[in-house]
Order: sequence, then structure tokens, then C-alpha cells
Amino acid sequence: MSKNTDSDRFRRVDVDEYDENKFVDEEDGGENQGGPDEAEVDGLIRHIISGNLNAALLAVLKNPPINTKNQNIKERAEQLVLKVLSSFKSSDIEKAVGSLDRAGVDLLMKYIYRGFEKPSDNSSAVLLQWHEKALAVGGVGCIVRVLTARKTV
Amino acid sequence: MAYHSFLLEPISCHAWNKDRTQIALCPNNHDVHIYKKDGTKWTKIHELKEHNGQVTGIDWAPDSNRIVTCGADRNAYVWTQKEGSWKPTLVILRINRAARCVKWSPRENKFAVGSGSRLISICYFEQENDWWVCKHIKKPIRSTILSLDWHPNNVLLAAGSCDFKCRVFSAYIKEVEEKPGPTPWGSKMPFGELLFESGAGAAGQTAGGGGWVHSVCFSHSGNRLAWTSHDSTVAVAEGGKTCTVSSLSSETLPLLCLTFITENSLVAAGHDCYPVLFVYDSAKGSVAFGGKLDVPKQAAQKGISARERFQNLDRRASATQTTEQDLNTLHKNSISQISVLDGGRSKCTKFCTTGMDGGMAIWDVKTLESAMKDLKIV
Repeated sequence: MSKNTDSDRFRRVDVDEYDENKFVDEEDGGENQGGPDEAEVDGLIRHIISGNLNAALLAVLKNPPINTKNQNIKERAEQLVLKVLSSFKSSDIEKAVGSLDRAGVDLLMKYIYRGFEKPSDNSSAVLLQWHEKALAVGGVGCIVRVLTARKTV
Repeated sequence: MAYHSFLLEPISCHAWNKDRTQIALCPNNHDVHIYKKDGTKWTKIHELKEHNGQVTGIDWAPDSNRIVTCGADRNAYVWTQKEGSWKPTLVILRINRAARCVKWSPRENKFAVGSGSRLISICYFEQENDWWVCKHIKKPIRSTILSLDWHPNNVLLAAGSCDFKCRVFSAYIKEVEEKPGPTPWGSKMPFGELLFESGAGAAGQTAGGGGWVHSVCFSHSGNRLAWTSHDSTVAVAEGGKTCTVSSLSSETLPLLCLTFITENSLVAAGHDCYPVLFVYDSAKGSVAFGGKLDVPKQAAQKGISARERFQNLDRRASATQTTEQDLNTLHKNSISQISVLDGGRSKCTKFCTTGMDGGMAIWDVKTLESAMKDLKIV
């Protein structure tokens, strides 16, 4: 046959890229969102050591890297949150969740689900405990918001 | 609270006639069935067969007694009653995807159709050619239009779309009406003008984006616009210079339909199978959860034997007889549409819900108010 049936490179073309009706999310300025930053991290560790875990939780939930595309920042934020969550005693979790406002509970749930994605050692058990308490406060609506969020943490 | 189970299939959409004696509904197929109320029973009196695809929207114009239906076959038909039977007239919508929702305008001289082709068709009747003509609103819609609602001034149209935004457009057709006066939403209203868009530049929304807008509703005065979204939120916007948007992230599953029952109260229903009341406080600019509007069935509490306890443990990992997963609501499946029966949107006394369980429930506001102790409908 003719030459153009030799190569099959056309099969690797992503046709969706050329669709002019393709939905593109609005770009929000995500560059200035670095996740909980260095100063916060040190402050956090001090909080954890001194035992003031509620403050640590509030601090680590500040400034979530929602709009940035930098995966490293998101990874780092998730590790930090996981560290704080694991250092809570089981009996304190409920009070900690109670100290968060609506948006805070939603954000916490986002981090919890992100933590579920990459389980390690004991993380899932801890996250499940947090999940149960956050669900009691936020309801299923909170989980729906994690599932439908376009920009995740 | 009257509940009537029409069929086993979901009711895709429904519409009532002016005196609420007849209901037109689509039993999840290509037809529209019209039922007439006979005392407490409902009898089918007409079957409207013309569509080639599922009928996705029905609206019944109360004064001119015309029914408009739109379907997944990309068509809309206007049905008029001649000598007792309904005769269809095809409306060319010029869309290349399914139509999703249709609404007559308040003065019934035009209707709007939302579709998957990312545009809204505004159709009006052209007298000299004796046919329905349509005009399109395209920009800046970027995905399917899921729901529409007209403003009382017959010109403004609210549209909820799958691109996570709720918008207000002007659907002013100069052939059928005069120029409208200024409203809190804006004063210059050429056809297709975008007067309001939710989420655009709305700072402080950490969720950012939200979900598909399932349902939109103007209040009776037209100054307030409420919408429900797939991320389990309800939002209310007030037209005006400040154009504030207040939203509530609810604890329930996403709500699929909503309506104003007074100027400050909304009733919404959705995947949780029960209607819910929300109260909007204009002074504080906030939406608050008012209460769950459903009559819970009295669960018979009997003692369970030890054998049943172990059986339940085996079956559902819980020793109790009735778990919370049992659906003790009136509707047994998601509620997809809600409509006001009596009293309009300013002083609603009765509203009706239909759902995926094929049933229709009529709710009486007075009875609900007295049954729920903390409920306050302002």
C-alpha cells in the first residue's frame, strides 16, 4: 500500500487536546500558595513537642496548596499534615475536629482522602479514626465536596 | 402529606395544569402521560407520543393551556389541546445535543430550552410565518445547561450549568415585547447579555469551582436567585450593586431541585430523598439550615431474640434490628423535581415532589410547620 500506512504514530495522538470545545479550568494565581511554609513547620514541631496539638492542627491547615500545580509542595503539605494527625491521641481527635470551622473540616477531609491514596505503616488506621470524627461533624456533604472539588489539596 | 406511586420507573419530569387537577409526566420513556385527578385516584387520560428520545423536560403554561416538551432527540414540541386531544407542533431548536430542560416565560409568549450543546434556545412564535423561531444564547456557556428559571419580568433568565456556574442572561426578544425597565440585576439588557455569573472572582471560596449547578430558582420578586450545586451547597445571590452571594455547605448529599416558598425560605430536595428547608437571612447575608421536612415513620420497637441478634450480626455487622440505613422517608429514591402547587413562590401552601421511585408526594406547608417543632418558615 502507500507509505502513510507504515507508521502508526497517529495512534498515539491525544485527540482531546485538539478539541476546541474542551473545558479548561480557570487559572487562579497559585504561585503564592506554598503550603504551610518553613516557619510554620518549625512552629508546628515545637507545638507537637510541647503538646499543644490543637494549635498544631490549625497551623498545618492554614494556607493549603490548592491552586498550585507544583506536586512537591502538595506532597510536602500532605506529609506535614499526616505527621500532625498521627501525633494526636485517639481521645483528643474529637475535640480537635470540633475546634475547626466548616471550611476547616472540609479541608481536613481533603487531606485525609489524599492520605488514603498512599497508605504507609500505620497511617490508614489513624486516618480512619480522623475520618470517623470528621464525618460526624461534616456529614456526607463534606465527603461529596472532596469528590467534586476541581482543585484538590 | 399525600403520596401517590404512579409507576415503578422514575418520573423524569412533571408539570401541573392551572387548577392542579391534571399532571403531565414522563415515565422515563419517549412519551408523556397526562393523569387526571378523580377524587383520591389518578386516571390516565392522555398519552402524548411524538418524541424519539427520552422526554427530559415538560412545562405547562397555566393561562394559555399549552404544554411544551423537550427531549433527548434534540427536539421540542408545543402541544395545544384541540377538541379534547393534544396536537403537537415541532419547534426547530437547531441544537446538536439533547435538550435538558424547558420553561415557559411568565407571560407565556416564549420559552427557553437548555441543552447539552452548551447553549440556550429562546423560542417565540412568529405570527406571519406561523411557526416557532428560536434564538441562541451561546457565550460564555461552556457546558450543558441543566436548569432554567425565568425572572418575573419575562426578560431575565437564570441558567445553571455543568461548568459549575449559575448565570443570569437577558432573553429580551424585541419582536414580542417592549423594552423592560431596570432591575436590581442590571438596566441594559440586550439579548444574550450576561448580567450575573456566580463564582467569577468570588474570593474566599476555598473549595473553588464547586459542582454542577442542578437547579436554579428566582424568588417571587425576582430580586433573589438561589441555586443548588453538586458539591452539596445551596447558594443565594441578591441582585444589586453589592451582588452578594451567600452559600451554605450542607451535610446532606447533593440537592437536585429547589424552590422558594416565601421570599426568605427555600425548600430543596435531592439524593437524600427528603425535602429540606433553608432560611435566607438578608441582613446577615447567610443561608441557614431550617430543618428536615419529612414525616418519619414510627419504627415499631420490639424486643429481639438472641437468635435474631446473631443473625443480624452475620448479615449487617450490627446487632440492632433497624439500622440508620433503612429509608424511613416518604420517597424511596432521589427526588428529582419540586414544584409549587398553591400560593406561588411568595406564600406557598402546598408543593409537590417527584422522584426516581416513580412516586409523587404533595406536601402541605401548614401541616409541616405544626409537625416540626423548631421549624420556622419566615
